[in-house]
Amino acid sequence: MMTVATTMAADDSRRAAQSHFRTLRLGTPFQPRLDALAKTGDWYNWAGYRAPHSLWGEELEYFAIRSQCALFDISPMTKYRIEGSDAEAFCNKVTLRDVTKLKPGRVHYTAWCDDEGFVLDDGTLFRLSATRFRLCSQERHLPWLLDSAIGFDVAVEEETESIAGLALQGPTAFACLRAAGFAGVEKLKVFDLAEFPHENGTVTISRTGFTGDLGYELFIGRDLALSLWDRLMEAGELHGIRAIGYTALNRARLEAGLIVANADFVTAEHAIRSNRTRMPDEIGLGFMIDPAKAHFNGRRAILEARARKKLRHVLVGLEIDGNVPAEHAIVYHRKNREVGLVSAAMWSPMAKRNIAIASLDLPYGDSVTDDLWVEIYAMCELKYERLMKRAKVVPRPFIKLDRRTASPPADF
Amino acid sequence: MKTWDAIVIGGGHNGLVNACYLQRAGLDVLVVEKNDWVGGAATSRELTPGFLYSNCSYVCSLFRPEIMRDLELPRFGLQVIAYEGGAVLTRDGDYLGNYRDHDAHRREFARFSKRDAEVYDRYARDVTRQCRFIQPLLMRTAPDPASWKPRDLGELLYLGKKFADLTPEEMALTLRFWTMSISDFLDEYFETDVIKANFSISGIIGTALGPMSPGTAYVLLHHYMGEVDGSVGAWGYARGGMGAVTKALAASFQASGGTIRTGAEVEKVLVKRGKAKGVVLAGGDEIFGKLVVSNADVKRTFLKLVEEKELPDTFLRRVRNFKIRGSSGKVNIALDSMPEFPALPKDSPCLRGDLHFTDSVERMERAYDDWKAGRWSADPFLDVMIPTTLDPTMAAPGKHFMSCFVQYAPPKVEGRDWTDADRDAFAETVVSQIADYSPGFRDRIVHMEVRTPREIEAEVGLTEGNIFQGELTFDQLLFNRPVPGYAQYRSPLSGLYMCGSSTHPGGGVMGAPGRNAAAEILRDLARPDHHMSAAHDVI
Repeated sequence: MMTVATTMAADDSRRAAQSHFRTLRLGTPFQPRLDALAKTGDWYNWAGYRAPHSLWGEELEYFAIRSQCALFDISPMTKYRIEGSDAEAFCNKVTLRDVTKLKPGRVHYTAWCDDEGFVLDDGTLFRLSATRFRLCSQERHLPWLLDSAIGFDVAVEEETESIAGLALQGPTAFACLRAAGFAGVEKLKVFDLAEFPHENGTVTISRTGFTGDLGYELFIGRDLALSLWDRLMEAGELHGIRAIGYTALNRARLEAGLIVANADFVTAEHAIRSNRTRMPDEIGLGFMIDPAKAHFNGRRAILEARARKKLRHVLVGLEIDGNVPAEHAIVYHRKNREVGLVSAAMWSPMAKRNIAIASLDLPYGDSVTDDLWVEIYAMCELKYERLMKRAKVVPRPFIKLDRRTASPPADF
Repeated sequence: MKTWDAIVIGGGHNGLVNACYLQRAGLDVLVVEKNDWVGGAATSRELTPGFLYSNCSYVCSLFRPEIMRDLELPRFGLQVIAYEGGAVLTRDGDYLGNYRDHDAHRREFARFSKRDAEVYDRYARDVTRQCRFIQPLLMRTAPDPASWKPRDLGELLYLGKKFADLTPEEMALTLRFWTMSISDFLDEYFETDVIKANFSISGIIGTALGPMSPGTAYVLLHHYMGEVDGSVGAWGYARGGMGAVTKALAASFQASGGTIRTGAEVEKVLVKRGKAKGVVLAGGDEIFGKLVVSNADVKRTFLKLVEEKELPDTFLRRVRNFKIRGSSGKVNIALDSMPEFPALPKDSPCLRGDLHFTDSVERMERAYDDWKAGRWSADPFLDVMIPTTLDPTMAAPGKHFMSCFVQYAPPKVEGRDWTDADRDAFAETVVSQIADYSPGFRDRIVHMEVRTPREIEAEVGLTEGNIFQGELTFDQLLFNRPVPGYAQYRSPLSGLYMCGSSTHPGGGVMGAPGRNAAAEILRDLARPDHHMSAAHDVI
């Protein structure tokens, strides 16, 4: 009878990680601070982390972004460290935009596709040095990145848990950082990044964000996370700094016309129904594609789809009559032909307009933009009030704030 | 002498499902069952005082919710408790857990490989796409490709259209999926051996194939097709053991006026001028029926219950060649206390699920090598459950029932019949494997029932002890199940129908063969089938 050898000892760190099943929603490195401020106790699951929908009032949290400055914990965002002598060439192959034009100390918003040209995700690529990048995204892509790395001198490592992240967004964001003593932060132009000392380490600050406002993102090793939070909150007190949850941020991003993976489009590796996948041109990311750029994943399929006019969809901004949000409403042409769906909608306090992001079936939204309508079902005290409202295709962003790009940043 | 409208041979779950639907259509139906209890391979039996055994099938997921609703099974006491996890215990003293929470699942895989943790979504997407393609076929009669009847053409078109609707990439994956080995399929996604072993399990359970045999990827799909109350792919325990399924079916059948006769073994189907007229029982009693439905497997039905001279040669040859190879056994154990598994934390939800000790695909394949040589596996693959962790009705508090599904066990040992000594040695292999991971296990054993293919065939009537009444390989699926030309539940004899797992869509406690057969019978009788729900939409 064969007996089982139990001689090979399991790796200690692997064994130490067993207990994760007792905490299904992890805390982020900032959790003690969030818990202390979470008066609403309104949590949701962000990629396995306990993240706040709101902390103390979603209306006021939104206005903190637009009138003061808001601190939002982005630690659960998926982060990959990409390093090696071929890191630039690797990123250039994986992602759509031309990485050779991304200088060290710069960030750009990009996306990446599978071989069929369908979007796997969008995200931000930080060039930390000539040979080191950080890719931030909504979904997880390690297998895709590792498979793409074959043949390149590059190491790809998932570092979501070890790096803490904060977004500081709003008109007083710069004033707050200056008050916190980050000397030289005024030199950062939009999409610049630089390292600044914090305690015995460094924090990477970039002038980026998801709000269309003046704002910064800060990345730091998890050990120094809490002291960074405290430094900002202390310095920002007179500048109206407030911690916020996702509901407020989601409003700001919609006003900025920014899309969210698996909310405004379905990522290719998660689409159960194969007709839900989208090419970059179909979700408003066509601007990222440079046909002159050498091979990148999906290039042939994307260029062929363009040449043969195989694109089927378009993502547009809509301005809708009235003030009732059209969330997940069906879009019609001439009030009877179904031509698309609203994926995000709100009454915009900044634009004073009823705005939405919608995906439409071509040619609607492209060559046919007249006579578009949305059918809104507003549940009012157990009765649907059905409204048919005129919708107009408008450019995104829905609001444009000069303070976002002003250099040097204005001191509010 | 009474003539029943229909006689169903065998009170297994498919026989009972079939009988329920026929009775509810207004027919006067008799179920005859060899054993003194109904249930076939879905039974709960008190084999030692105070312990209820799910001594054959042991988990529930595939049973179609449409059938549960039509036959009012919740009203008749059926309750399925989804289990909370599962684990593969590894030889290095660690384990790989399966958690229902998506993030816990990912973190667990990441303990072994961050890559495998993140590739799981892609794997789940591809398998889900395949399930969505197959699932609507379960509750439809497979078309006869040789027929020009409008209905067969319509069904063929339906199949063709479903296939044509796939993208070229999905078509390629579908063809690969239906023909590949589970091992090759998993290699395309995962790198860690224990993770591949974890998923291979569903590809081999119940089949006389190894994880490296072509065709096992489809077997995995078959196991993924189920749900527990809308939670797709989930598995659960029937409260009160698997007998609760057939108990509820029997109660539903009797409540609608049906009659069950237990302790009545059918020796022959009565045939006159090419038409089934009833059955002859072992004691010589004759029971007459306008039609006869066999829940027995296709070999038992046509090689034992019907005289060969009544059947066409080609049909007989195909029935003889139908693959229904025994590959598994069962060791059912009553325990006086909860076994300890030092590798697993005491509060682990994995204990309330399926436990395994085969941590590599290679070991599974080696276990299969023994089967090919006509031996039971020296290092077998076990699917171990302790349903009493979630179901207090099966044993007294603190006491436990453990179900061990064992693979591989050949139908004959090196060409000869199983002996009692073989059976005991087989059981020892199983107990010693468990004891390797659970110190003191032997001391907890109160009673043990060991079932090799010999015992399963003798008691349940499954030929060679094959739990699916025939292999689920592509050559024996859809319009080729059980044999070409007879995939629509009818047989060469007028008035004789098949309703067991030998027919489309195959085995598992699913009920679809019994239901589909009832639909065909009612069609032949030109009776309405308003009481039968159509398959749920897959949108």
